[in-house]
Formats: sequence, structure tokens, C-alpha cells
Amino acid sequence: MITVRIPTPLRTVTGGQSEVQVEGSTVSEMIEKLAEVHPGIKERLYDERGEVRRFINIYVNEEDIRFLTGKDTPLKDGDEVSIVPAIAGGG
Amino acid sequence: MNFSEEQITRYSRHILLPEVGGKGQAKLRKARVFIVGAGGLGSPAALYLAAAGIGTIGLIDSDRVDLSNLQRQILHHTPDVGRSKVQSAKEKIHALNPDVTVETYEERLMPHNAIKLIQSYDVVIDGVDNFPAKFLINDACFFADKPLVHGGILRFDGRVFTIVPGQSACFRCIFRQPPPPGAVASCQEAGIIGAVAGIIGTLQATEVLKLILGIGRPLTDRLLDFDARTTTFREIRTSRNPRCQLCGSHPTITELFEHVPETCRFEPSAGIPVP
Repeated sequence: MITVRIPTPLRTVTGGQSEVQVEGSTVSEMIEKLAEVHPGIKERLYDERGEVRRFINIYVNEEDIRFLTGKDTPLKDGDEVSIVPAIAGGG
Repeated sequence: MNFSEEQITRYSRHILLPEVGGKGQAKLRKARVFIVGAGGLGSPAALYLAAAGIGTIGLIDSDRVDLSNLQRQILHHTPDVGRSKVQSAKEKIHALNPDVTVETYEERLMPHNAIKLIQSYDVVIDGVDNFPAKFLINDACFFADKPLVHGGILRFDGRVFTIVPGQSACFRCIFRQPPPPGAVASCQEAGIIGAVAGIIGTLQATEVLKLILGIGRPLTDRLLDFDARTTTFREIRTSRNPRCQLCGSHPTITELFEHVPETCRFEPSAGIPVP
């Protein structure tokens, strides 16, 4: 099982859960499985070309998948995935 | 060190700390901190830094105090509504600690003035409320080679991290470019718990004090995220992006520019909507 940390703005599609457990041998497979249980999450993470949106970062065990093999980054049991969007506010 | 009796009393709780002492207090007095934005994050940051005895605080903000600011922007009080934020801030800082020199800039940080303004300071605090400005501050600090303490807040969430240009991940290493307009909500649209601004702004002030004093381990290469709903902090480790357009090995950004400002409109269909 993979533990996925869900950022606050995405918790609307995970029923408020901040962490979800899901299967998957790669990041893209994990996202597919996640979308089966939590419809809508894929559209929030991917752009119209099916790539991870540029302002969203996905980390596997604290490594940015862009420095690994992107969506094809392999996952193994016990891995932790964090989805990290940018936050703008401050005023 | 030449501290007066009164100053020794004022800063006694600092001076008592072996890591600070009279020497550290003198470093704080010599330090110049630039705060961009006298709002939700800038308020607690400026007040704690002033109380700490930072010698010079530079404050830039072109706004006037609005009644809706007072829920979190604790530099400003009810009679200040309608007044210049930097003027209001300067008064509060002087009332708290007359030792502090406050340099005010009633203008916006722009590509043409950013480096010149930042240049004369030692550390910069990002207390702005929009992505284009956050990227501009990041880039300007890189070109001016000044450490930057970034902060962001939204609803019940906050984030803080420290950037030492050329040494640790910069804002662009991680987020590359602003999200498209409307993709991420702002505080104005989505709201913010005022105290969350206090927590993040206070963490920013703490980071600045550590940098000046050379104490401990700075919050570099780590994003610290706070969730007030569950009262949890979580840390995401990051690293410099060798392909960063700004600080990577083949930079494509060689001068300051402003990203097209976001519209205030928020389209739930785009990106990550906030409910």
C-alpha cells in the first residue's frame, strides 16, 4: 500500500481525508487507482495533455518525481507520496 | 557594544541566551531586514523583529488600510483605516521599540526597483499575497544574493521556507512559474484564519533572527506546511533543481520581469479549486 498525503484544496474529493492508502506500482497507476475511489482527483492533478500540472509537485518519499522518472516513477509498498500545490496568500 | 542600561533591560531575555548574548544582540542591531508587504505576514514579522531589536526594518507596501485587513494585519488598528499601511506600520513599530529605524516605501515592488531596494538589506521577508510578486521577490533575491524567507497562507493552511540563493532550493526550483489565473484561490476569495498569518509570519521572523545570529539549522530545502484544522506541521524535503530557469546550471532567466498579474476571478474548473 502507498500512503498519499492530500493537500487541503484536494480534500474535497477525498471526503476530507488528509491521507489515503492506495495501490500502484508507478505514480500514474497510483493516480488511476486514486481516481477510481475519488473521482475528480485526476482532473485536478493533470492538465489537458495528461501531464502533471506545472504548479503541482508530487514527491515520492520526499523526492520530486520530476527528478525521478516523472509519472513513471516506480512505487513500492510503504512508499509515501505527497501532493504539494503552491500557496499564494500572505496579505 | 554600547548598549544603554535601558536597552540591556529591554533585551535581557535575549542576552540571557548563550546563543545570543550581548554579541548577538549587537548583530541584531546592525542588521537590516526588508519586509515586502505590511499585511497578514508582514505584521507579525515586523512586530517581532522590531521587538527583537533589529536595527533597521525596511517596509514596502503601496496599499492603504482597509477595515477587512484588521482581522489579521495586527500592525494596523481601527483608527488607521484609510491610512497608508507603511505609515501606520512605522508608528506601531516606533511605539513598540524606538531603537528601530524604519525605512518606508509606499510603492509596489517592481522589476525596475526590486534589486535596488533589496540591495541594501541583509535578509528579505516575503509577505505578499500573489504569485507574480512572490516570483519577483524570489528572482530579485537571487540576483541581489540575499537570503529570503518565503511565507504563504490560505484558509487554514500556511507554508514557510527559507531560501539561500545559490545554496538551497529557490521558489522557482520548486514551483517554476505561477499557476494560471484562477487556478489557485487567494485569501481575498477563499478567506484566511487570521491567527494562521500570525503563526507563519512569526516563523518567518524566527528564521530571520536565526539567519542573522547564525543559530541552528535554517529552514532551507524544506517546505514546512501548517494545517490549523488538525494543528499539524509537516515537512517536505526539497532540493535545488539543476534545471531551474533561474538558479540552475543553464538559466534562461537573466533579468527581472513580472509575470502577468492574476485576475481575481476564480474558476473552479481550473486546477485545484478550493471549496
